[in-house]
Amino acid sequence: MSADRSTPSRASQPTAGASAPAGAGRRRPGRPGGPPAGGPGIPRGGYQRPKDLKQVSLRLLGYLKVRWPILAVVVVLMLISTGTSLAGNYLLKPIINDYILPGDFPGLARTLLVLGAIYLAGVVASYGQSRLMIEVAQRTSNTMRRDLFAKLQKLPLRYFDAHSHGELMSRFTNDIDMVQMAFEQSLVQLISSAIGFTGAIVMMAVLSPRLLLVTMAVLAVMLFVMTRIGGKSRTYFMAQQRYLGDVNGYVEELVEGLKVVKVFGYEQTAIEEFGQRNEEYRQAATSANFYAAVIMPIMGNLSNIAYAASAMVGGMLTVWGRFDVGSLAAFLQYSRQMGMPINQISNQFNTVLAAMAGAERVFEVMDEDPELDEGSVTLVGVSKHADGSFEVMGDGGHPTHWAWQCPQPDGSVAYTELRGDVRFNDVIFGYVPGQPVLHSVSLFAKPGQKIAFVGSTGAGKTTVTNLVNRFYEVDEGTITFDGIDVQRIAKSSLRLSIGMVLQDTHLFTGSVLENIRYGRLTASDEECIQAAVQANAHSFIRRLPQGYDTVITADGTNLSQGQRQLLAIARAAVADPPVMVLDEATSSIDTRTERLIEKGLDALMQDRTVFVIAHRLSTVRNSDAILVIEDGRIIERGDHDDLLEQRGRYYQLYTGQYELS
Amino acid sequence: MIGKLAAYVGQYRRDVLLVPIFVLIDVACELSMPLLMSRIVDIGIVNQDIGYIARIGLYMALLALTAIAFGVGMMFFSTRGSMGFGANLRDALFAKIQQFSFKNIDKFSTASLITRVTNDVNNLQMTFLMALRILLRAPMMLIIAFLLAYSINSELSVILAVAIPILVGAVLLVMRTAGRRFAIVQERIDSMNATLQENLIGQRVVKSFVRTDFENAKFRQSNDDLTNAFIRAVSVVILNMPVMMLVMNGTALVVIWQGGGMVAGGRLGAGELISFLSYIMQILFSVMMISMVFVMSARAQASARRVLEVLETEIDIVDSVGPEGGSDLPRVTAGRVEFRDVSLKYDLSGSGAEVLSGVSFAAEPGEVVAIVGGTGSGKSTLVSLIPRLYDVTAGSVLVDGHDVRDYRLDDLRGAIGVVLQQNTLFSGTIRENLLWGREDATIEEIEAVCRAAQAHEFIMSFPDGYETDLGQGGVNLSGGQKQRLTIARAMLKRPRILILDDSTSAVDSATEERIREAFYRELADTTVFIIAQRISSVRAADRILVIDDGKLIGEGTHQSLLAENKVYQEINQSQQEGVLAG
Repeated sequence: MSADRSTPSRASQPTAGASAPAGAGRRRPGRPGGPPAGGPGIPRGGYQRPKDLKQVSLRLLGYLKVRWPILAVVVVLMLISTGTSLAGNYLLKPIINDYILPGDFPGLARTLLVLGAIYLAGVVASYGQSRLMIEVAQRTSNTMRRDLFAKLQKLPLRYFDAHSHGELMSRFTNDIDMVQMAFEQSLVQLISSAIGFTGAIVMMAVLSPRLLLVTMAVLAVMLFVMTRIGGKSRTYFMAQQRYLGDVNGYVEELVEGLKVVKVFGYEQTAIEEFGQRNEEYRQAATSANFYAAVIMPIMGNLSNIAYAASAMVGGMLTVWGRFDVGSLAAFLQYSRQMGMPINQISNQFNTVLAAMAGAERVFEVMDEDPELDEGSVTLVGVSKHADGSFEVMGDGGHPTHWAWQCPQPDGSVAYTELRGDVRFNDVIFGYVPGQPVLHSVSLFAKPGQKIAFVGSTGAGKTTVTNLVNRFYEVDEGTITFDGIDVQRIAKSSLRLSIGMVLQDTHLFTGSVLENIRYGRLTASDEECIQAAVQANAHSFIRRLPQGYDTVITADGTNLSQGQRQLLAIARAAVADPPVMVLDEATSSIDTRTERLIEKGLDALMQDRTVFVIAHRLSTVRNSDAILVIEDGRIIERGDHDDLLEQRGRYYQLYTGQYELS
Repeated sequence: MIGKLAAYVGQYRRDVLLVPIFVLIDVACELSMPLLMSRIVDIGIVNQDIGYIARIGLYMALLALTAIAFGVGMMFFSTRGSMGFGANLRDALFAKIQQFSFKNIDKFSTASLITRVTNDVNNLQMTFLMALRILLRAPMMLIIAFLLAYSINSELSVILAVAIPILVGAVLLVMRTAGRRFAIVQERIDSMNATLQENLIGQRVVKSFVRTDFENAKFRQSNDDLTNAFIRAVSVVILNMPVMMLVMNGTALVVIWQGGGMVAGGRLGAGELISFLSYIMQILFSVMMISMVFVMSARAQASARRVLEVLETEIDIVDSVGPEGGSDLPRVTAGRVEFRDVSLKYDLSGSGAEVLSGVSFAAEPGEVVAIVGGTGSGKSTLVSLIPRLYDVTAGSVLVDGHDVRDYRLDDLRGAIGVVLQQNTLFSGTIRENLLWGREDATIEEIEAVCRAAQAHEFIMSFPDGYETDLGQGGVNLSGGQKQRLTIARAMLKRPRILILDDSTSAVDSATEERIREAFYRELADTTVFIIAQRISSVRAADRILVIDDGKLIGEGTHQSLLAENKVYQEINQSQQEGVLAG
């Protein structure tokens, strides 16, 4: 029965069989019926097997464990639906032998009613089972995505430096998809195929052990063929994925660099090189898809041979009086039913392995070491009394003063007022071990001081600010904040105390107001608008189509660079932190906007300890201290006049004798 | 649409045409089985004829073997045909994209072009494969099985007239609903991906504002939205199975009831009844497959549209066809560039603003021309007209006295070196990348240009020197190093005209100065265009063009512009303040 070959499996097969997505990991749902060939979904990294099958299985089972009541029901329903289909076939025997042949119509009607009831029960059970499995699969993948996301939030920046966004996103889409698909389809199909297969064999044995021997002989051939072709198919599939990766990689590279291709007149060479890769892929894909598909007509027809042999031998047995027509009809139905599960098991097996490999990649991320955060010192809002003492404020309201709450060894807590005194003591740091970017840097910023960093790109200015809020951990030396080692401060408290306006302004999808409020979630609309006014952003926001309700899309592309910068300043202003880091980049902003931003920044710098990575002489000149950094070392420190007097590098810079990059 | 795509079957036409023949034989063999089986029951068993039973059994086995042969053949030809079709389509698409002008490229996003060549072609290839296998097979199966069923008993076949429409209707209804719901799923996937991507890009902001909980809640929301939409969509799709089972089993019950009466009345053999049941199953299954293929093709249609859109894009910059097969086409000899009243609009149809308007100037061979102006003022556009990356809307661009449109593109671009703002390097070694400039360059020549571009030193600092593998996108190089390599690559071309579009922005000033000196020394007769942000980069140029809002508003040397040009003064002023960090 050839139609049985392509099982109308349920629809959502998110990542297409052989098409490894090249671009962003975007899923494509709505794929009614798996591909008849092309095999199971393949992760974009190519055809992979999990490294540690047992470990991954155990962890996946862990995710399933919480849903055991549903799973128990699923198993029961599975047994019912397989059982009914076996029973339905068996009833053919009495229907033919006891009712049709003797012509017992009331009996036939009764049996048909029973059969109808069995069919109905089977349908209901199989629907219920798929429906519940969808629930299980979807909820499980939901949990996995949620856990993975939460884990990502805890990873240090170092991790994000080393892994591309595309790579991480494909964990969420492709890899978890594979797992979801395996839960939704393969798991059930594997189990129910196994039950169906065993059930069919048992029923055939009940009907006629002799005929079963005939079937078994064909079955042996089938298994042999399957393992031979299956092995070949896997090899070719891996080759296909490799060549597909080649083709996709080449397309990606050459299309991204298309403009360069054009200016160098490289088109013809590119077309030829692509043609070669494409041809290699075509050959591999032809082999892979052929071997994946050829198993179907072979198995289908081998099962037809089993059918023919059973019909023939069964017919003879019936003539000899050792068998009967009804049993033969039932037996033939079972011999059909037996062929299908074998196919299915081999198909689903690959899907399951691919899912395991996907799960393994997800777990790899989950097993990464999170950001170090063992600090116990926390930030609390306080109100200050006239005599200089202060008391801890409850929740609610934005405090005017802050203090560090330091738990003491004896169990009590001590409070230190947050003043904004930051010191670096012989700090050595490198992004890559063995390649220090900062060499023994010591510096201090007294409360309320403005400290400016001056130096070439790559000298280490941004690195210094990245260490203050512990985006990265120092290799050697210490950084103290109001006399407390920053390692002892809880990261959330430390970072809340330091506001940052970064080189790249990242805004989020949402209204302008929501973006400003990102600085302090409890800020009222008025406070946000106040911050915008302070940051000099109010006037342009008012001119936006929907004012503060204008929705910013895709990282703020509908705003100009300068406008985004102003919003980022407003966002920092509403947070109102005691310490501020301004790593501003105004190199690609036109003069007019730059003036606007300047004003916004000046307002923001009032009454705080501020670290400025300076791009403008005016800021630098007004700073309390200017630090000139070169090659990860501070080579000069002093205020504007001091430094000019020193006639060192700063003097050279200021008088235009030397230029920075 | 199908017709247009069918052309890409090309040399695999024979394979594709063979498929229906193989399918027909395969299906015929397969469908004969139940009929033969009914003979065993109704004739062999009834007549107690062992010889007959053995003979028919043997026929059946032979038919199954034949079916294997033709089934395997069908799989072979259908695979070869469809994979060949996919390869042809991919080739054509890639070649077409290579012909794209900058304007064509700008129209499609890079990501979308990549998806079209990869995913969309793969979709079409798999759909074609499926169509060859199922869409041919299922209708044949349907028709032959129906004819056989009808030949067994015309009365019982009437039941099918009721069952088929019910099944078709139900399946279509299910799929239509599912389609709508999957559209929602797709939206939710996009929105979840957007949330995710934003979070990854803004990781520093998230961390510095300590917004982990907030972000978790935001993600959880879109995650749950997705899950709910998914469940809603999939629970409709899985209705297909029970619907089909109900119709099939219901039909079987009715057939057994009606047929049972006929068997008892001697009008139908028991074997015939059994084989009739098999045919019913096959017919209904075929109906189901056909309707599913149609629903599936909706997605292929979207892919087909996207692929055809690229294939049918009109290339707006094509080679000039000179008289007499191009023998007297002009060649670039000196490198004199002249703009005559040049205007440009990107969007010709609409009321799009002019990117450039009325620009006229001339650059003599060997001159260094710098172009300054604010972001978006049209500087890059201006220089891209010289190698004809865009065509002017009005006026003309002349190189050595000939309109650029009169040159063969290869000749024109072969004489012009361009370093784009987006400095792409390709996977391969440094040397291979540099060879893009000139394929037959010797290693000495390569080293010479790298010295001039101040790249030799850092290249030699790598253990593998010029053989260092860059990997895709040149990931292990700094921005400044990449820029220097792209400059060397363009210099290797020994161009008559060299265009540097903001290509030293990440190079420090001292190095930049040395590169500039090298230009004067080594490219004395080359006309050089430099676009730069920093006044310091252009100060020494022979001629400086000031562009503002698409218009040329100043032309002269640093000194003369500083004296008389307001915009230039302003730019200079702002950079005096910013001199500390450039």
